[in-house]
Amino acid sequence: MSHGPWRATGLRPVLWQVVAVVAVGAVCVFAVSNTLDNLADRGIASGFGFMSSTAGFGIGTSLIAYDESSTMARAFFVGLLNTLLVSVLGILIATVVGTAVGIARLSSNWLLARIAELYVEVLRNIPLLLQIFFWYFAVLRTLPSPRGSHAIGDIVFLNNRGLYLPGMEVGAWFWALLCVGVLLVGVPACRRKLGTAPVWFLFAALVAAALATAEWTAPVLQGFNFRGGIVLSPEFVALTVALSTYTAAFVAEVVRAGIQAVPRGQVEAARALGLRPGDVMRKVVLPQALRVIVPPLTNQYLNLTKNSSLAAAIAYPDLVSVFAGTALSITGQAVEMIALVMAVYLVISLSIALGMNLYNRAIALRGT
Amino acid sequence: MQAARWLRRNLFSSWGNTAITVTLGAIVVFAALPVLDWAFLNATWSGTRRADCSGEGACWVFVSSRLDQFLFGFYPEEERWRVVLAAALNIGAIVLLFVPPMSRRAGMALAGVPLAILAGWVLLHGGVFGLPLVETRQWGGMTLTLVITIGGLFAAFPLGVLLALGRRTSLPAIRAICIVFIEFWRGVPLITVLFMASVMLPLFLPEGASVDKLLRALIGVALFAAAYLAEVIRGGLQAVPRGQYEAAAALGLGYGRTMLHVVLPQALRHVIPGLANTAIALFKDTTLVLVIGLFDFLGIIQAALTDTEWLGLALEGYVFAAAVYWVLCFAMSRASRRVENQGVGGVA
Amino acid sequence: MTETAAVRVSGVHKWFGKLHVLDGIDLSVAEGERVVLCGPSGSGKSTLVRCINGLEAIDRGDIVVGGVALKEDRATLEQIRRSVGMVFQQFNLFPHMTVMENLCLAPIRAGGVSAAEAGEKARNYLERVHIPEQADKYPAQLSGGQQQRVAIARALCMEPRIMLFDEPTSALDPEMIKEVLDVIVELAEEGKTMICVTHEMGLARAMADRVVLLDEGRIVDAAPPEKFFTAPESERTRQFLSRILHHRESDD
Repeated sequence: MSHGPWRATGLRPVLWQVVAVVAVGAVCVFAVSNTLDNLADRGIASGFGFMSSTAGFGIGTSLIAYDESSTMARAFFVGLLNTLLVSVLGILIATVVGTAVGIARLSSNWLLARIAELYVEVLRNIPLLLQIFFWYFAVLRTLPSPRGSHAIGDIVFLNNRGLYLPGMEVGAWFWALLCVGVLLVGVPACRRKLGTAPVWFLFAALVAAALATAEWTAPVLQGFNFRGGIVLSPEFVALTVALSTYTAAFVAEVVRAGIQAVPRGQVEAARALGLRPGDVMRKVVLPQALRVIVPPLTNQYLNLTKNSSLAAAIAYPDLVSVFAGTALSITGQAVEMIALVMAVYLVISLSIALGMNLYNRAIALRGT
Repeated sequence: MQAARWLRRNLFSSWGNTAITVTLGAIVVFAALPVLDWAFLNATWSGTRRADCSGEGACWVFVSSRLDQFLFGFYPEEERWRVVLAAALNIGAIVLLFVPPMSRRAGMALAGVPLAILAGWVLLHGGVFGLPLVETRQWGGMTLTLVITIGGLFAAFPLGVLLALGRRTSLPAIRAICIVFIEFWRGVPLITVLFMASVMLPLFLPEGASVDKLLRALIGVALFAAAYLAEVIRGGLQAVPRGQYEAAAALGLGYGRTMLHVVLPQALRHVIPGLANTAIALFKDTTLVLVIGLFDFLGIIQAALTDTEWLGLALEGYVFAAAVYWVLCFAMSRASRRVENQGVGGVA
Repeated sequence: MTETAAVRVSGVHKWFGKLHVLDGIDLSVAEGERVVLCGPSGSGKSTLVRCINGLEAIDRGDIVVGGVALKEDRATLEQIRRSVGMVFQQFNLFPHMTVMENLCLAPIRAGGVSAAEAGEKARNYLERVHIPEQADKYPAQLSGGQQQRVAIARALCMEPRIMLFDEPTSALDPEMIKEVLDVIVELAEEGKTMICVTHEMGLARAMADRVVLLDEGRIVDAAPPEKFFTAPESERTRQFLSRILHHRESDD
């Protein structure tokens, strides 16, 4: 486009491109040959053979079975899963909180709007790493020891060893009831817009029944620590809370901008028809706002996923911390390992971008 | 009467609203009082040692006794005037870019910034003009934060412009290279970039060549920021109407001249908010250099907290750091909004 | 004496910052009366109409609509808006809904009517505005004139006692103005109370009981169309008429 009126014909454009390619190529060759020389000098191996060697180190939090005798490849996956866990959870919480704050900023209640504005302006202007440090060092690590935990009911406990939640063992009944609930009730209800009370009640009942069939184990204090239930490490809690609240501030701005992008006339017409504010928002404003909100929202999700790499600063075992940190110090194969980690993030980024393009095409306003 | 009406409409317009106002009001008061108590009323402001702290409120002695370290890092005390001078020059040059009378001569203003940066580097590093050498490993605290932010942006800007132009060109090879470059740096986290710069850069260079640690970080930051800047500038280029290109071509101006004299000046105006956002984000991201062993403002506070004398003061340290960052970032975003509204370089 | 006025505006003032956009308006519109508001731009006519259904708040004075005093609280506003229909200059149809959905939304959600009944009413009113075949189209697929007629049908579906029009044809291409004006005139003949802000003097002549001239936030003249157009008493009216009629004639 930028060459528009100067139609690029003749030898010159070809010459420019050849120069560019040769220059880039030369830089690459220079870097690669130096790297090979340097690696050889230091006695560092090349290639990905290290993936099948023994890891030799433990990992604090892991979603799959792992111990010191597992392979490096397995360590890689543990790190990857931890990254995804934090990212997905963070995205969910950030979306819920961010949307609420974004809508609150536009509330007619002055106090609510100002508090929401305060939330956004404060969290957006403080570096994320600082917020992570705050939650980890200044909050979670200063909590009392297990014996003096903060408790909610007698099933949730918060102390300096982490957040203890009841654990559940799920059997066949659980999955069966959940599947019935989601596939046979929830999804069709959404598609055919049967948003009526009895349908949602049935859905809720099925989910509740599913949960009831699970075996619940509450954490119990025995001696100096808790047994039973699941424990979320302080690193995990601090990272997730910081990531969610920080990203929520940006999500709030995206949601607010999207809602304000809906022409004022739409709101006026809806109000002039006598519709209640809830209906005006749900039926008229939000559907139109969503089109404007989705692209920058996916950008925020991407940012959150990339920001989860800050886990390295508080030793939460995410992909970067495990692989480009601990594992790298063992094998010394910096090039392969860092490249692998970067490749993972690239794949995540590109797939989310692709997904968003498809979504945009699907929801384009018909007739325009 | 006006006040009563305002209250009625904005806080108490319905039962639901009234309930919200009352609940929120109560929460705000109950949350704010202990915080104010801790941070101001019961806090200790003066003293030199930990023992001076009363133990009831915040111990701001921690901040006041180590403030010069937070600001200057390990920079020798008698040379600190150089840091202050360098900061004043650079910040002055940037501010002058936007103050109306100066900005009319866009060219002069633009030249001022690189000169200030060069002067700043000479002042900070020394070794010439009779100034004693101060190695980069002694730079720390806010000094280092500013060096990375300003230096990184400065290096990233021309690269970003080239990438943006390259991405919009119709020459396929150049466009492909630019797209790959941009999407690569935008798709990976900054921490991996810093690791890469810190660990892999020495490998890319011939044996024996060593690169200063700070320089490695700067290169990583510059490449990273350039990719984001490229997208912001590309948006600005797209905002310039096609008719401008056509008019310039019709007058006989070539591609290069058109870009330089007609398109880029107009595009840059559209680019200001995105540029400011990138700058603010970069300023916040400098905190990550902590992970590769450089002591920026946050890093040096974090390190100070591990000193045995000041253990357990994490809250004071982080609150102080947060306050400083907040004030600076908020001021920058407000300033950019003002510039956006007033227009730059005489073109509103 | 029972309250028979459909709309009573007394002593209304409004400021936009320093601008005194409504300066002591007193207007009474009877049940079934058709009033046309006209005046130079910036005279406050659109603002006045938007105050009547609460889209703008007034700073001083009272407005009573159908016997209900207009107050700032939500319940009163919604009650009033259910009996007042409004047609906007920019149509403001909901672009993500079909024509049918546009028409049925408010009756179902705010009028408490069943979906089947709302659908029937919608079809009925689409017939009245002469475009029953467009029921399942999206607004972007219709011409400007068709969109505005859908907007009129949408307002009518709530079966309001009073209809407000805010420059309904000002955003339309010339060829489409007539189809919308015809619909408005038909409505007028059915006896609905109507307050219409417009530049189209032909409309005033065809259906108005009273023409009201606003200038700088004040009512300057009010008279039945024959008197207003042929023998105006006020000097301002003469100036106004000469300006628009002169413009019209020079088009020929």
